[in-house]
Amino acid sequence: MNAVKTLVSPRGAVFLLLIVLLVAITIRNPGFAEPDQLMRFIQRVAPVAIVAIGQYFVIVGGEFDLSMGSLVTAQVVIAGNLIGQDESRSIPVLIFMFVFGAVIGLINGVIVSFLKVPSFIVTLGMMLALLGAVFYWTGGAATGNPADSFRQIGRGGIRDVPVLEFIPWSVLILAVVLGLAVWFMKRPFGRTIIALGDNPTVAKYAGARSWWVKTSTFILSSLSATVAGILLVGYAGVHPSVGRGYEFIAITAVVLGGVVLGGGRGWVVAAAAGAFALEALFTLLNFYDVPSTWRDAIQGVIIIAAVAYSATTVRSRRRARPAQASPTPEKEERPMEGATRTATHTPLNAGSAHPEGDKTHNQGGL
Amino acid sequence: MNAVSARRRSGRRLDSTVIVYLALIGVIVIGAILVATVGRSFFSAGNIRDILTGMSVLGFVAIGQTLVILCGSLDLSVPYVISLSSLLAADIMKGNPANIAAAVAVALGVAALIGLANGLIVTKLKVHGFIATLGMGLIIKGYLDTNYKGTSGSVPWEFQLIGATGIGPVPVSTVIMLAVALLAALFLNRTRVGNHIYAVGGNEQVARLSGIRTANPVILAHVLCSVAAAMAGLLLASRLGVGSPTVGTQGGYDLLSIAAVVLGGTLLAGGRGSIWGTIGGVAIFAVLDNVMSVLQVNPFMKDVVRGIVIVAAVAVYTGRQVERRRARFGPGGSATEREGDAGPDAQAPAPASASTQPDSAQPESTQQSAAQHNSAQLDTNVGDRS
Repeated sequence: MNAVKTLVSPRGAVFLLLIVLLVAITIRNPGFAEPDQLMRFIQRVAPVAIVAIGQYFVIVGGEFDLSMGSLVTAQVVIAGNLIGQDESRSIPVLIFMFVFGAVIGLINGVIVSFLKVPSFIVTLGMMLALLGAVFYWTGGAATGNPADSFRQIGRGGIRDVPVLEFIPWSVLILAVVLGLAVWFMKRPFGRTIIALGDNPTVAKYAGARSWWVKTSTFILSSLSATVAGILLVGYAGVHPSVGRGYEFIAITAVVLGGVVLGGGRGWVVAAAAGAFALEALFTLLNFYDVPSTWRDAIQGVIIIAAVAYSATTVRSRRRARPAQASPTPEKEERPMEGATRTATHTPLNAGSAHPEGDKTHNQGGL
Repeated sequence: MNAVSARRRSGRRLDSTVIVYLALIGVIVIGAILVATVGRSFFSAGNIRDILTGMSVLGFVAIGQTLVILCGSLDLSVPYVISLSSLLAADIMKGNPANIAAAVAVALGVAALIGLANGLIVTKLKVHGFIATLGMGLIIKGYLDTNYKGTSGSVPWEFQLIGATGIGPVPVSTVIMLAVALLAALFLNRTRVGNHIYAVGGNEQVARLSGIRTANPVILAHVLCSVAAAMAGLLLASRLGVGSPTVGTQGGYDLLSIAAVVLGGTLLAGGRGSIWGTIGGVAIFAVLDNVMSVLQVNPFMKDVVRGIVIVAAVAVYTGRQVERRRARFGPGGSATEREGDAGPDAQAPAPASASTQPDSAQPESTQQSAAQHNSAQLDTNVGDRS
């Protein structure tokens, strides 16, 4: 009973959507429920889900990262051009790719934190600059094909596993990334990211190093884009269109997972589930022979409907947040107050507009 | 008090837009020097016409985008609205000048309906503008991909003249764009709804508490944004002579228009900014593109430069705006000034916010402390008795 309630609630809505979609696919195509088919499905979702997990950190911290898609493309092209057929270069280039990703994230984060440029603009600029630079470097047509051993990361896996038959590496990598992300978000640093996204002023008063917390979210998102790029090199090959539009797909997935744009609310597992739901939707449309040209339209309808469902059930109370808007003289009290406020305002009464919400809160207090 | 705040306000508002135009002048000077080094004249009539032509399409889109961003939303569906309106117009015209009026009316009308849907989804279904318009864009894209395989229709010569003729070095399309900008600026500064757009974008809660129906300005802004995008589509149709399903997405007008708006000093969070700043931002882009074309910069390198310039230009002045916004409700904050420029209707927000915020914050703490006080007294009483 409780589980049903959770599934219907906005927090669990994405899991409900995912289950419905998977059931619908299985009805149409019973073979989909076979373990190896499911593994293939997860393998296909893995890059998107990893990008969504990276985007989750940035969004829950109150920012956007539009440069992820370009970074995926850049990493794919880097792998294709620098590794080539020389297997001995795989490891150094792999390390270089991670460093490159971290540096891109660092640049994004530092510009957002210190120059106070909106992240939408910073990462938009980074998106244009990265894509332009990659095309400039390759002359517009990415060539090169990394060594097979490198591509195995994205396409290979462990064979002859008892029940599952085949476990792709990308599924394992996704599991590790998701596990790390969940662990990370439970740690004080992860909680600080959410606090910063919910209320930067309070987070600052509480002693968070805002710039470093914010910058680290961009580094994490860029690193996850790097991982996704590595998987995509194997899975999709080297092509300048690999990774195109990933930033919007990732943001859509994160929002489908119930994460509030603007920060402060959301669960990383739900964000990954959002990616799964989105990919399941594409698969479903495939199986039902929907003309490929209509897929975008159906995707658009479902995104709006899903977000509208969770938004109208529980209204984000971000705009009603009082602490940021009114720095009153008693500064010492504000962090405490903000903390109790966040703690006591459960999503249950978040739906009501702020003044009423406060009244009930006060009555409860008395 | 009013006079003082009015003076300070005009000073500050001038500030933001003036910086944009100073930046524009800087870009022009640097551009002129660079162009001169390759032996060409930046200020030749032909070159100025190129720049102004380059401004017109993005200008239309950015004007609409400004309205939407000012009220705290976004519109990512503009590229598809542009493509759709160019196709609708070209299909209805069929090369016959008699159909021009009907075609324009249908294109603008359909765009208005799309904007209405966007606005209703954002306000009534509470979907973030980013997601709502992203989804709407996908829906239109689905329609376009299904029904159009390539360019379609044809535009009569009379309508093509809009995109082709000019008054001296000034193209007619740019004149129309500037006229629309003037209308939009008057709408924002002189009408009640225009002021409400600022109020809702600044703080929806406060706007609502001071008696504004917060949904209406947002819906209207979305409608006007889509109509402006449709105008851009009509202009592109008149230039190409046909309608094209990819003309909007190829231009990347969604993100570029947002960048131009922010470049023009409008806060991405809404509530602050001006149409003229946006026009300045569009002009900066146009000059930049023109200089790079004249210098024959590698087309991919252009994107790199564009990206860097967007970030650098915004970095020059955002720091100060963020500071200003932070001081909004503090002593000497700019709340009264900003609401002041929204006219008499919106003057309520400042006092309302001043009174509601402490209300919401203080009773809780005083009651709590009172309760603690009582319990403490009880404790001592108990202690006394025992």
